[in-house]
Amino acid sequence: MDAVLSTHRLSLWYGTNQALKGVSLDVPAHRVTALIGPSGCGKSTFLKTLNRMHELVPGVRVEGEVLYRGRSIFDPALDVTALRRQVGMVFQKANPFPMSVYDNIAYGPRTHGIRRRGELDAIVERSLRAAAIWDEVKDRLRKSALSLSGGQQQRVCIARALAVEPDVLLMDEATSALDPISTSRIEELITELKRSYTIVIVTHNMQQAARVSDRCAFFLQGELVEAGDTGRLFSMPGDRRTEDYITGRFG
Amino acid sequence: MGGRRVRDGLLRGALWASGVLTCALLAFLIGFVLWRGLGHVSWGLLTGQRSYLNHTDGIFPNILNTLYMILFTLAAALPVGVGAAVYLTEYAPAGPWTSAIEFAAETLAGIPSILYGLVGMLFFVRLLRLGTGVVSGGLTLAVMILPVVLRTTQEALKAVPRSYREGAMGLGAGRWRTVYTVVLPGAAQGIVTGCILSVGRIVGESAALLFTAGTAARAAGLLRALHTPSATLSVSLYVYANEYGDLDTAMAIAAVLLLITLAINLLAARTGRRLDRQKGGE
Repeated sequence: MDAVLSTHRLSLWYGTNQALKGVSLDVPAHRVTALIGPSGCGKSTFLKTLNRMHELVPGVRVEGEVLYRGRSIFDPALDVTALRRQVGMVFQKANPFPMSVYDNIAYGPRTHGIRRRGELDAIVERSLRAAAIWDEVKDRLRKSALSLSGGQQQRVCIARALAVEPDVLLMDEATSALDPISTSRIEELITELKRSYTIVIVTHNMQQAARVSDRCAFFLQGELVEAGDTGRLFSMPGDRRTEDYITGRFG
Repeated sequence: MGGRRVRDGLLRGALWASGVLTCALLAFLIGFVLWRGLGHVSWGLLTGQRSYLNHTDGIFPNILNTLYMILFTLAAALPVGVGAAVYLTEYAPAGPWTSAIEFAAETLAGIPSILYGLVGMLFFVRLLRLGTGVVSGGLTLAVMILPVVLRTTQEALKAVPRSYREGAMGLGAGRWRTVYTVVLPGAAQGIVTGCILSVGRIVGESAALLFTAGTAARAAGLLRALHTPSATLSVSLYVYANEYGDLDTAMAIAAVLLLITLAINLLAARTGRRLDRQKGGE
Protein backbone atom coordinates (compact mmCIF):
# COMPACT_ATOMS: atom_id res chain seq x y z
CA MET A 1 0.00 0.00 0.00
CA ASP A 2 1.47 3.34 -1.09
CA ALA A 3 1.62 6.07 1.50
CA VAL A 4 0.66 9.44 0.03
CA LEU A 5 1.57 11.25 3.21
CA SER A 6 3.83 9.95 5.91
CA THR A 7 5.14 11.55 9.03
CA HIS A 8 8.28 10.55 10.91
CA ARG A 9 8.73 11.45 14.57
CA LEU A 10 6.71 14.62 14.10
CA SER A 11 6.70 16.87 17.16
CA LEU A 12 5.10 20.28 17.47
CA TRP A 13 5.15 23.00 20.10
CA TYR A 14 2.85 25.98 20.62
CA GLY A 15 5.30 28.18 22.49
CA THR A 16 6.54 25.88 25.25
CA ASN A 17 3.51 23.62 25.17
CA GLN A 18 4.19 20.40 23.28
CA ALA A 19 1.12 19.39 21.26
CA LEU A 20 2.57 16.50 19.24
CA LYS A 21 5.13 13.98 20.50
CA GLY A 22 7.05 12.10 17.85
CA VAL A 23 4.11 10.98 15.71
CA SER A 24 4.89 8.57 12.87
CA LEU A 25 1.96 7.68 10.63
CA ASP A 26 1.40 6.63 7.03
CA VAL A 27 -1.66 7.79 5.10
CA PRO A 28 -2.47 5.30 2.33
CA ALA A 29 -3.84 6.37 -1.07
CA HIS A 30 -7.57 6.18 -1.80
CA ARG A 31 -8.48 5.33 1.73
CA VAL A 32 -10.24 7.29 4.43
CA THR A 33 -7.99 7.67 7.45
CA ALA A 34 -9.74 8.83 10.62
CA LEU A 35 -7.87 10.57 13.43
CA ILE A 36 -9.66 9.99 16.72
CA GLY A 37 -9.05 10.86 20.34
CA PRO A 38 -10.32 13.11 23.11
CA SER A 39 -10.27 16.93 22.89
CA GLY A 40 -6.79 18.38 23.04
CA CYS A 41 -5.12 15.11 22.03
CA GLY A 42 -3.39 16.76 19.05
CA LYS A 43 -5.39 15.20 16.21
CA SER A 44 -6.46 18.56 14.71
CA THR A 45 -2.96 19.95 15.11
CA PHE A 46 -1.58 16.88 13.36
CA LEU A 47 -4.06 17.35 10.51
CA LYS A 48 -3.13 21.02 10.05
CA THR A 49 0.54 20.17 9.90
CA LEU A 50 -0.05 17.96 6.85
CA ASN A 51 -0.46 21.00 4.60
CA ARG A 52 1.44 23.43 6.80
CA MET A 53 -1.67 25.31 7.93
CA HIS A 54 -0.20 25.19 11.44
CA GLU A 55 2.11 27.99 10.33
CA LEU A 56 -0.76 30.48 10.61
CA VAL A 57 -0.47 30.14 14.40
CA PRO A 58 2.19 32.49 15.77
CA GLY A 59 4.95 30.95 17.88
CA VAL A 60 4.61 27.41 16.55
CA ARG A 61 7.65 25.14 16.14
CA VAL A 62 7.98 21.76 14.45
CA GLU A 63 10.52 18.96 14.55
CA GLY A 64 10.53 15.74 12.56
CA GLU A 65 9.46 15.10 9.03
CA VAL A 66 6.36 15.07 6.85
CA LEU A 67 6.70 13.52 3.40
CA TYR A 68 4.17 14.13 0.68
CA ARG A 69 4.69 11.63 -2.13
CA GLY A 70 8.20 11.11 -0.89
CA ARG A 71 9.18 14.75 -0.65
CA SER A 72 9.60 16.76 2.53
CA ILE A 73 6.89 19.42 2.86
CA PHE A 74 9.29 21.50 4.98
CA ASP A 75 11.82 21.67 2.14
CA PRO A 76 12.61 25.41 1.79
CA ALA A 77 12.47 25.05 -1.98
CA LEU A 78 8.91 23.72 -1.80
CA ASP A 79 6.15 26.12 -2.76
CA VAL A 80 3.59 26.08 0.04
CA THR A 81 0.95 27.32 -2.41
CA ALA A 82 1.47 24.25 -4.56
CA LEU A 83 1.41 21.99 -1.50
CA ARG A 84 -1.93 23.38 -0.34
CA ARG A 85 -3.30 22.96 -3.82
CA GLN A 86 -2.40 19.27 -3.65
CA VAL A 87 -3.41 18.81 -0.03
CA GLY A 88 -6.68 20.67 0.44
CA MET A 89 -8.57 21.35 3.63
CA VAL A 90 -12.17 21.51 4.84
CA PHE A 91 -12.65 23.20 8.18
CA GLN A 92 -14.74 22.40 11.22
CA LYS A 93 -17.06 25.31 10.77
CA ALA A 94 -18.23 25.93 7.22
CA ASN A 95 -16.38 29.04 6.09
CA PRO A 96 -17.66 30.10 2.69
CA PHE A 97 -16.38 33.52 1.65
CA PRO A 98 -18.96 36.32 1.68
CA MET A 99 -19.40 36.11 -2.08
CA SER A 100 -21.55 34.19 -4.51
CA VAL A 101 -21.58 30.39 -4.64
CA TYR A 102 -19.92 30.60 -8.05
CA ASP A 103 -17.13 32.89 -6.87
CA ASN A 104 -16.51 30.68 -3.86
CA ILE A 105 -15.90 27.64 -6.05
CA ALA A 106 -13.93 29.64 -8.62
CA TYR A 107 -11.71 31.18 -5.94
CA GLY A 108 -9.11 28.42 -5.92
CA PRO A 109 -8.86 27.97 -9.70
CA ARG A 110 -8.59 31.74 -10.13
CA THR A 111 -5.86 31.83 -7.49
CA HIS A 112 -3.96 29.32 -9.58
CA GLY A 113 -4.34 31.36 -12.74
CA ILE A 114 -7.43 29.99 -14.49
CA ARG A 115 -9.32 32.96 -15.94
CA ARG A 116 -11.22 31.63 -18.94
CA ARG A 117 -14.94 31.81 -18.38
CA GLY A 118 -15.86 28.53 -20.03
CA GLU A 119 -13.20 26.65 -18.14
CA LEU A 120 -14.32 28.14 -14.81
CA ASP A 121 -17.96 27.32 -15.55
CA ALA A 122 -17.00 23.70 -16.16
CA ILE A 123 -14.93 23.50 -12.98
CA VAL A 124 -17.71 25.03 -10.89
CA GLU A 125 -20.30 22.57 -12.16
CA ARG A 126 -17.99 19.56 -11.86
CA SER A 127 -16.95 20.48 -8.30
CA LEU A 128 -20.50 21.13 -7.12
CA ARG A 129 -21.62 17.82 -8.62
CA ALA A 130 -18.74 16.01 -6.94
CA ALA A 131 -19.78 17.53 -3.61
CA ALA A 132 -23.38 16.40 -4.21
CA ILE A 133 -24.84 19.88 -4.03
CA TRP A 134 -25.20 20.87 -7.68
CA ASP A 135 -28.95 20.19 -7.83
CA GLU A 136 -29.58 22.33 -4.76
CA VAL A 137 -27.61 25.38 -5.88
CA LYS A 138 -27.54 25.31 -9.67
CA ASP A 139 -30.27 27.97 -9.85
CA ARG A 140 -28.62 30.21 -7.26
CA LEU A 141 -24.98 30.25 -8.28
CA ARG A 142 -25.05 34.05 -8.21
CA LYS A 143 -26.56 34.20 -4.72
CA SER A 144 -24.42 34.72 -1.65
CA ALA A 145 -23.06 31.46 -0.29
CA LEU A 146 -23.96 32.75 3.16
CA SER A 147 -27.66 32.44 2.29
CA LEU A 148 -27.37 28.63 2.22
CA SER A 149 -28.06 26.33 5.17
CA GLY A 150 -25.18 25.11 7.33
CA GLY A 151 -25.06 21.69 5.68
CA GLN A 152 -25.17 23.23 2.22
CA GLN A 153 -22.44 25.69 3.15
CA GLN A 154 -20.19 22.84 4.26
CA ARG A 155 -20.74 20.99 0.98
CA VAL A 156 -19.97 24.23 -0.90
CA CYS A 157 -16.72 24.37 1.08
CA ILE A 158 -15.98 20.78 0.08
CA ALA A 159 -16.72 21.70 -3.55
CA ARG A 160 -14.44 24.72 -3.18
CA ALA A 161 -11.65 22.47 -1.97
CA LEU A 162 -12.26 20.00 -4.82
CA ALA A 163 -12.19 22.76 -7.44
CA VAL A 164 -8.39 22.96 -7.34
CA GLU A 165 -8.23 19.21 -8.04
CA PRO A 166 -6.36 18.21 -4.93
CA ASP A 167 -4.77 14.86 -4.35
CA VAL A 168 -5.53 14.70 -0.64
CA LEU A 169 -8.46 16.16 1.28
CA LEU A 170 -8.08 16.97 4.97
CA MET A 171 -11.35 17.34 6.86
CA ASP A 172 -11.25 18.79 10.36
CA GLU A 173 -14.43 17.67 12.16
CA ALA A 174 -16.30 18.76 9.09
CA THR A 175 -19.67 17.53 10.35
CA SER A 176 -19.48 18.46 14.02
CA ALA A 177 -21.59 21.60 13.56
CA LEU A 178 -24.22 19.92 11.37
CA ASP A 179 -27.55 18.21 11.93
CA PRO A 180 -27.83 14.41 11.50
CA ILE A 181 -29.24 14.55 7.97
CA SER A 182 -26.53 16.88 6.70
CA THR A 183 -23.97 14.74 8.51
CA SER A 184 -25.08 11.55 6.81
CA ARG A 185 -25.04 13.26 3.40
CA ILE A 186 -21.45 14.32 3.97
CA GLU A 187 -20.51 10.87 5.21
CA GLU A 188 -21.93 9.37 2.00
CA LEU A 189 -19.98 11.98 0.11
CA ILE A 190 -16.73 11.02 1.84
CA THR A 191 -17.26 7.41 0.86
CA GLU A 192 -17.82 8.52 -2.74
CA LEU A 193 -14.82 10.82 -2.80
CA LYS A 194 -12.27 8.25 -1.66
CA ARG A 195 -12.38 6.71 -5.12
CA SER A 196 -10.72 9.83 -6.50
CA TYR A 197 -9.00 11.29 -3.45
CA THR A 198 -7.06 10.32 -0.40
CA ILE A 199 -8.95 11.52 2.64
CA VAL A 200 -7.94 12.23 6.22
CA ILE A 201 -10.69 13.16 8.67
CA VAL A 202 -10.63 14.27 12.27
CA THR A 203 -13.70 13.20 14.18
CA HIS A 204 -15.03 13.13 17.70
CA ASN A 205 -17.71 10.70 16.73
CA MET A 206 -16.75 7.03 17.11
CA GLN A 207 -19.71 5.83 15.06
CA GLN A 208 -18.65 8.16 12.26
CA ALA A 209 -15.09 6.85 12.34
CA ALA A 210 -16.41 3.29 12.25
CA ARG A 211 -18.83 4.08 9.39
CA VAL A 212 -16.62 5.97 6.99
CA SER A 213 -12.98 5.21 7.68
CA ASP A 214 -10.76 2.40 6.42
CA ARG A 215 -7.96 3.17 8.81
CA CYS A 216 -8.01 4.73 12.22
CA ALA A 217 -5.34 6.45 14.27
CA PHE A 218 -5.91 7.00 17.98
CA PHE A 219 -4.23 10.03 19.57
CA LEU A 220 -3.84 10.73 23.27
CA GLN A 221 -2.06 13.71 24.83
CA GLY A 222 -0.04 14.40 21.71
CA GLU A 223 1.01 10.80 21.14
CA LEU A 224 -0.14 8.37 18.51
CA VAL A 225 -1.24 5.41 20.62
CA GLU A 226 -2.03 3.09 17.77
CA ALA A 227 -3.11 3.02 14.16
CA GLY A 228 -4.55 0.27 12.01
CA ASP A 229 -7.50 -0.96 9.97
CA THR A 230 -10.68 0.45 11.42
CA GLY A 231 -12.39 -2.94 11.76
CA ARG A 232 -9.43 -4.39 13.60
CA LEU A 233 -8.95 -1.33 15.81
CA PHE A 234 -12.56 -1.31 16.91
CA SER A 235 -12.86 -5.09 17.44
CA MET A 236 -9.41 -5.87 18.81
CA PRO A 237 -7.69 -2.74 20.03
CA GLY A 238 -4.02 -3.43 20.72
CA ASP A 239 -3.72 -0.96 23.54
CA ARG A 240 -5.70 -0.74 26.72
CA ARG A 241 -6.14 3.05 26.35
CA THR A 242 -7.61 2.64 22.88
CA GLU A 243 -10.08 0.11 24.19
CA ASP A 244 -11.07 2.41 27.06
CA TYR A 245 -11.63 5.29 24.68
CA ILE A 246 -13.64 3.52 21.99
CA THR A 247 -15.82 1.82 24.54
CA GLY A 248 -16.61 5.21 25.99
CA ARG A 249 -14.83 4.91 29.30
CA PHE A 250 -13.33 8.36 28.87
CA GLY A 251 -13.31 11.11 26.33
CA MET B 1 -36.58 46.70 50.34
CA GLY B 2 -38.02 50.17 50.39
CA GLY B 3 -34.57 51.81 50.46
CA ARG B 4 -33.39 49.87 47.43
CA ARG B 5 -36.54 50.82 45.52
CA VAL B 6 -35.99 54.50 46.22
CA ARG B 7 -32.33 54.29 45.28
CA ASP B 8 -33.14 52.47 42.03
CA GLY B 9 -35.78 55.05 41.27
CA LEU B 10 -33.40 57.95 41.88
CA LEU B 11 -30.66 56.35 39.81
CA ARG B 12 -33.02 55.67 36.95
CA GLY B 13 -34.27 59.23 37.14
CA ALA B 14 -30.72 60.61 37.00
CA LEU B 15 -29.87 58.45 33.99
CA TRP B 16 -33.05 59.49 32.26
CA ALA B 17 -32.28 63.16 32.94
CA SER B 18 -28.77 62.79 31.48
CA GLY B 19 -30.21 61.26 28.35
CA VAL B 20 -32.79 63.97 27.99
CA LEU B 21 -30.18 66.66 28.58
CA THR B 22 -27.96 65.24 25.82
CA CYS B 23 -30.83 65.21 23.34
CA ALA B 24 -31.93 68.66 24.43
CA LEU B 25 -28.44 70.12 23.93
CA LEU B 26 -28.24 68.70 20.42
CA ALA B 27 -31.71 69.91 19.57
CA PHE B 28 -30.93 73.36 20.95
CA LEU B 29 -27.68 73.67 19.03
CA ILE B 30 -29.18 72.54 15.75
CA GLY B 31 -32.28 74.62 16.30
CA PHE B 32 -30.35 77.76 17.21
CA VAL B 33 -27.92 77.56 14.29
CA LEU B 34 -30.65 76.82 11.77
CA TRP B 35 -32.93 79.51 13.19
CA ARG B 36 -30.23 82.18 13.16
CA GLY B 37 -28.53 81.00 9.96
CA LEU B 38 -31.04 79.61 7.50
CA GLY B 39 -32.67 83.00 6.99
CA HIS B 40 -29.41 84.34 5.60
CA VAL B 41 -28.74 81.43 3.28
CA SER B 42 -29.68 82.51 -0.19
CA TRP B 43 -29.02 81.29 -3.70
CA GLY B 44 -26.82 84.31 -4.22
CA LEU B 45 -24.74 83.47 -1.16
CA LEU B 46 -24.27 79.85 -2.21
CA THR B 47 -23.29 80.62 -5.80
CA GLY B 48 -21.58 84.02 -5.52
CA GLN B 49 -18.25 85.22 -4.25
CA ARG B 50 -17.18 88.10 -2.07
CA SER B 51 -16.00 91.13 -3.96
CA TYR B 52 -15.35 94.66 -2.70
CA LEU B 53 -15.55 96.05 -6.22
CA ASN B 54 -18.90 94.55 -7.08
CA HIS B 55 -20.23 94.66 -3.51
CA THR B 56 -21.21 91.00 -3.67
CA ASP B 57 -21.00 88.38 -1.00
CA GLY B 58 -20.85 84.64 -1.41
CA ILE B 59 -19.35 81.41 -0.30
CA PHE B 60 -19.21 79.54 -3.59
CA PRO B 61 -15.38 79.55 -3.60
CA ASN B 62 -15.37 78.17 -0.06
CA ILE B 63 -17.69 75.33 -1.05
CA LEU B 64 -15.37 74.51 -3.95
CA ASN B 65 -12.31 74.69 -1.71
CA THR B 66 -13.92 72.38 0.83
CA LEU B 67 -14.52 69.88 -1.94
CA TYR B 68 -10.92 70.16 -3.17
CA MET B 69 -9.67 69.77 0.36
CA ILE B 70 -11.70 66.58 0.89
CA LEU B 71 -10.46 65.04 -2.35
CA PHE B 72 -6.83 65.98 -1.86
CA THR B 73 -6.68 64.96 1.79
CA LEU B 74 -8.32 61.60 1.23
CA ALA B 75 -6.10 60.93 -1.78
CA ALA B 76 -3.07 61.55 0.41
CA ALA B 77 -4.21 59.84 3.61
CA LEU B 78 -6.14 56.78 2.38
CA PRO B 79 -3.36 54.82 0.66
CA VAL B 80 -0.95 55.40 3.53
CA GLY B 81 -3.48 54.75 6.29
CA VAL B 82 -5.00 51.63 4.73
CA GLY B 83 -1.56 50.38 3.70
CA ALA B 84 -0.17 50.81 7.20
CA ALA B 85 -3.20 49.11 8.71
CA VAL B 86 -2.86 46.13 6.36
CA TYR B 87 0.83 45.88 7.17
CA LEU B 88 0.21 46.03 10.92
CA THR B 89 -2.67 43.55 11.03
CA GLU B 90 -1.80 41.11 8.26
CA TYR B 91 1.97 41.09 7.90
CA ALA B 92 3.86 42.36 10.91
CA PRO B 93 4.06 39.89 13.77
CA ALA B 94 2.50 41.45 16.87
CA GLY B 95 5.27 42.81 19.05
CA PRO B 96 6.94 45.98 20.37
CA TRP B 97 7.23 47.41 16.86
CA THR B 98 3.51 47.16 16.09
CA SER B 99 2.46 48.43 19.50
CA ALA B 100 4.85 51.38 19.08
CA ILE B 101 3.13 52.29 15.80
CA GLU B 102 -0.29 51.92 17.36
CA PHE B 103 0.72 54.03 20.33
CA ALA B 104 2.09 56.69 17.96
CA ALA B 105 -1.20 56.73 16.09
CA GLU B 106 -3.21 57.10 19.29
CA THR B 107 -1.03 59.97 20.43
CA LEU B 108 -1.14 61.64 17.04
CA ALA B 109 -4.93 61.54 17.23
CA GLY B 110 -4.92 63.42 20.53
CA ILE B 111 -2.76 66.38 19.50
CA PRO B 112 -4.64 69.72 19.24
CA SER B 113 -5.24 70.66 15.63
CA ILE B 114 -3.73 74.15 15.91
CA LEU B 115 -0.41 72.40 16.51
CA TYR B 116 -0.79 70.55 13.23
CA GLY B 117 -1.45 73.91 11.61
CA LEU B 118 1.68 75.45 13.02
CA VAL B 119 3.94 72.54 12.09
CA GLY B 120 2.22 72.26 8.71
CA MET B 121 2.97 75.91 8.00
CA LEU B 122 6.61 75.63 9.00
CA PHE B 123 7.14 72.35 7.17
CA PHE B 124 4.91 72.29 4.09
CA VAL B 125 4.53 76.02 3.42
CA ARG B 126 7.96 77.34 4.40
CA LEU B 127 10.43 74.48 4.27
CA LEU B 128 9.02 72.63 1.26
CA ARG B 129 7.82 75.90 -0.31
CA LEU B 130 4.46 74.42 -1.29
CA GLY B 131 2.74 77.74 -0.71
CA THR B 132 -0.45 78.42 1.18
CA GLY B 133 -3.22 76.43 -0.47
CA VAL B 134 -4.92 73.09 -0.90
CA VAL B 135 -1.63 71.15 -1.11
CA SER B 136 -0.19 72.39 2.18
CA GLY B 137 -3.58 72.35 3.90
CA GLY B 138 -4.46 68.94 2.52
CA LEU B 139 -1.15 67.40 3.53
CA THR B 140 -1.52 68.85 7.03
CA LEU B 141 -5.03 67.41 7.31
CA ALA B 142 -3.83 64.11 5.87
CA VAL B 143 -1.32 63.78 8.72
CA MET B 144 -4.10 64.70 11.11
CA ILE B 145 -6.65 62.14 9.90
CA LEU B 146 -4.07 59.40 9.31
CA PRO B 147 -4.61 57.93 12.80
CA VAL B 148 -8.38 57.86 12.22
CA VAL B 149 -8.00 56.02 8.92
CA LEU B 150 -5.36 53.70 10.38
CA ARG B 151 -7.32 52.77 13.48
CA THR B 152 -10.72 52.32 11.83
CA THR B 153 -9.15 50.22 9.07
CA GLN B 154 -7.29 48.12 11.63
CA GLU B 155 -10.46 47.52 13.60
CA ALA B 156 -12.27 46.57 10.41
CA LEU B 157 -9.50 44.16 9.39
CA LYS B 158 -9.47 42.55 12.81
CA ALA B 159 -13.22 42.02 12.60
CA VAL B 160 -12.85 39.88 9.46
CA PRO B 161 -13.24 36.28 10.68
CA ARG B 162 -10.03 34.27 10.84
CA SER B 163 -11.85 31.48 9.05
CA TYR B 164 -11.89 33.54 5.83
CA ARG B 165 -8.13 33.83 5.90
CA GLU B 166 -7.76 30.13 6.67
CA GLY B 167 -10.13 29.26 3.84
CA ALA B 168 -8.19 31.33 1.31
CA MET B 169 -4.78 30.15 2.45
CA GLY B 170 -6.00 26.57 2.59
CA LEU B 171 -6.74 26.87 -1.14
CA GLY B 172 -3.17 27.95 -1.77
CA ALA B 173 -3.71 31.71 -1.87
CA GLY B 174 -0.66 33.72 -0.81
CA ARG B 175 -0.88 36.37 1.85
CA TRP B 176 -1.36 39.30 -0.50
CA ARG B 177 -4.03 37.49 -2.54
CA THR B 178 -5.82 36.57 0.67
CA VAL B 179 -5.75 40.19 1.81
CA TYR B 180 -6.78 41.57 -1.54
CA THR B 181 -9.61 39.18 -2.39
CA VAL B 182 -11.05 38.23 0.99
CA VAL B 183 -9.87 40.39 3.86
CA LEU B 184 -10.10 43.89 2.33
CA PRO B 185 -13.58 43.33 0.83
CA GLY B 186 -14.66 42.00 4.21
CA ALA B 187 -13.35 45.15 5.84
CA ALA B 188 -14.74 47.54 3.23
CA GLN B 189 -17.58 48.67 5.44
CA GLY B 190 -15.29 49.76 8.24
CA ILE B 191 -12.90 51.45 5.84
CA VAL B 192 -15.70 53.40 4.19
CA THR B 193 -17.06 54.42 7.57
CA GLY B 194 -13.58 55.64 8.52
CA CYS B 195 -13.43 57.67 5.31
CA ILE B 196 -16.76 59.30 5.96
CA LEU B 197 -15.75 60.18 9.50
CA SER B 198 -12.54 61.64 8.08
CA VAL B 199 -14.54 63.72 5.64
CA GLY B 200 -16.42 65.04 8.64
CA ARG B 201 -13.17 66.12 10.25
CA ILE B 202 -11.91 67.72 7.04
CA VAL B 203 -15.11 69.68 6.61
CA GLY B 204 -15.11 70.78 10.23
CA GLU B 205 -11.44 71.65 10.62
CA SER B 206 -10.41 75.29 10.81
CA ALA B 207 -7.44 75.69 13.16
CA ALA B 208 -5.08 73.48 11.18
CA LEU B 209 -6.01 75.23 7.94
CA LEU B 210 -5.68 78.89 9.00
CA PHE B 211 -1.91 78.88 8.51
CA THR B 212 -1.67 76.27 5.78
CA ALA B 213 -4.55 76.77 3.36
CA GLY B 214 -5.08 80.49 3.88
CA THR B 215 -8.12 82.63 4.48
CA ALA B 216 -8.69 84.12 1.02
CA ALA B 217 -11.27 82.67 -1.30
CA ARG B 218 -11.49 83.06 -5.04
CA ALA B 219 -13.39 80.60 -7.18
CA ALA B 220 -10.65 78.75 -9.00
CA GLY B 221 -9.95 75.47 -10.70
CA LEU B 222 -8.35 72.72 -8.67
CA LEU B 223 -4.90 73.22 -10.22
CA ARG B 224 -4.84 76.88 -9.28
CA ALA B 225 -6.28 76.28 -5.83
CA LEU B 226 -3.50 73.83 -5.04
CA HIS B 227 -0.98 76.57 -4.40
CA THR B 228 -3.05 79.72 -3.76
CA PRO B 229 -4.82 80.62 -0.53
CA SER B 230 -8.09 78.71 -0.49
CA ALA B 231 -10.31 79.01 2.55
CA THR B 232 -12.73 76.19 3.23
CA LEU B 233 -16.20 76.77 4.66
CA SER B 234 -15.06 76.38 8.26
CA VAL B 235 -12.19 78.79 7.79
CA SER B 236 -14.47 81.30 6.11
CA LEU B 237 -16.85 81.05 9.03
CA TYR B 238 -14.00 82.24 11.24
CA VAL B 239 -13.03 84.95 8.79
CA TYR B 240 -16.56 86.29 8.44
CA ALA B 241 -17.18 86.28 12.16
CA ASN B 242 -13.80 87.56 13.27
CA GLU B 243 -12.42 89.74 10.50
CA TYR B 244 -15.47 91.07 8.70
CA GLY B 245 -17.65 91.12 11.83
CA ASP B 246 -20.43 89.80 9.63
CA LEU B 247 -22.27 87.52 12.04
CA ASP B 248 -25.27 87.00 9.78
CA THR B 249 -23.17 85.48 7.02
CA ALA B 250 -21.18 83.54 9.61
CA MET B 251 -24.40 82.03 10.93
CA ALA B 252 -25.49 81.23 7.39
CA ILE B 253 -22.23 79.37 6.82
CA ALA B 254 -22.72 77.63 10.15
CA ALA B 255 -26.11 76.43 9.00
CA VAL B 256 -24.68 75.12 5.74
CA LEU B 257 -21.87 73.36 7.63
CA LEU B 258 -24.33 71.84 10.04
CA LEU B 259 -26.45 70.46 7.23
CA ILE B 260 -23.36 69.00 5.54
CA THR B 261 -22.26 67.37 8.81
CA LEU B 262 -25.69 65.88 9.39
CA ALA B 263 -25.71 64.55 5.83
CA ILE B 264 -22.29 62.97 6.34
CA ASN B 265 -23.36 61.27 9.56
CA LEU B 266 -26.51 59.92 7.96
CA LEU B 267 -24.46 58.70 5.02
CA ALA B 268 -22.03 56.93 7.33
CA ALA B 269 -24.85 55.16 9.13
CA ARG B 270 -26.54 54.17 5.88
CA THR B 271 -23.37 52.94 4.21
CA GLY B 272 -22.69 50.78 7.23
CA ARG B 273 -26.11 49.19 7.04
CA ARG B 274 -26.03 48.73 3.26
CA LEU B 275 -22.65 46.99 3.27
CA ASP B 276 -23.84 44.88 6.18
CA ARG B 277 -26.69 43.59 4.09
CA GLN B 278 -24.41 42.91 1.13
CA LYS B 279 -22.28 40.65 3.25
CA GLY B 280 -25.33 38.57 4.03
CA GLY B 281 -25.66 39.81 7.55
CA GLU B 282 -22.77 37.94 9.11
